[in-house]
Amino acid sequence: MRVRSCDSLVLVVRVLRGRVLVVCAHGADPRHLSCRHPFLQNYPLYIRSAPTENELKFHYMVHTSLDVVDEKISAMGKALVDQRELYLGLLYPTEDYKVYGYVTNSKVKFVMVVDSSNTALRDNEIRSMFRKLHNSYTDVMCNPFYNPGDRIQSRAFDSMVTSMMIQVC
Amino acid sequence: MADAALFEFLHMEMVAELWAHHSDPGPGVSAGSRGKEARAATGQKMSLSVLEGMGFRVGQALGERLPQETLAFREELDVLKFLCKDLWVAVFQKQMDSLRTNHQGTYVLQDNSFPLLIRMASGPQYLEEAPKFLAFTCGLLRGTLSTLGIKSLVTASVASLPTCKFQVVIQKT
Repeated sequence: MRVRSCDSLVLVVRVLRGRVLVVCAHGADPRHLSCRHPFLQNYPLYIRSAPTENELKFHYMVHTSLDVVDEKISAMGKALVDQRELYLGLLYPTEDYKVYGYVTNSKVKFVMVVDSSNTALRDNEIRSMFRKLHNSYTDVMCNPFYNPGDRIQSRAFDSMVTSMMIQVC
Repeated sequence: MADAALFEFLHMEMVAELWAHHSDPGPGVSAGSRGKEARAATGQKMSLSVLEGMGFRVGQALGERLPQETLAFREELDVLKFLCKDLWVAVFQKQMDSLRTNHQGTYVLQDNSFPLLIRMASGPQYLEEAPKFLAFTCGLLRGTLSTLGIKSLVTASVASLPTCKFQVVIQKT
């Protein structure tokens, strides 16, 4: 079992039409994740249940990174790309975070913010995390009880994200 | 394949169920029966939009799942080609027979042997019944396009079974 020091991991998913979904976990200890800071997926508005002091900062980071995502999408239009994942590599001068992005064909954007002290996180691990996210999002979409555009309340999605974050932190 | 037959039967029952309570409006001069005709017509429109709505939701889900492993679409024509090839193969086990466009946002997709109509007739018989069997598919196309970011209006027309044409008009916002 790998033990890594991870200050915080923020996972944000946003849809093109102006909606934000935020999943946030705080803490290096996996036990910390599940009991003290339960996290919440929200679709249109982002309400973070994890009571961390960095909340606003992450929101701001996500919003700025979305501009970069949009830039990359328009650049991708003409170029020959064989992988849809976008590496933003946006580094905040003070906090030193790495921001990764991923875009699906349906213009759903996944944004992941990882603490830079967590340098053991490799590229293909990030890719596999995004792939898992995409698969779970597709499952949510195929759920007849889910109306596209609503907040994601699927517990299966929740547990997938939980397990992913526990794996990383 | 048995899978294809399952969907065809389900679709048949969906249409039958929605039309079960529509009685035939008989000829009549009194205001009462004219009102009944009008109500029947609105009822049928309602059933058509229910079917189309069902197709729309299914199309939204398919639009998310099917292109998962394929490349990002570069332009509208790629999306339409995806509809004609991948979507049609996934749902009806065959490709669309022809795709035409006026390059200004209107596309006509033609299927010369549409699986949902092929069991009915090959010719002009049952022509007036055909539209209700196309409503679900119109919604399917519209839903898939909507997930892929294209707002559209889809209508279908039948000149002679089982050939049918789906007209997709892209709505510019």
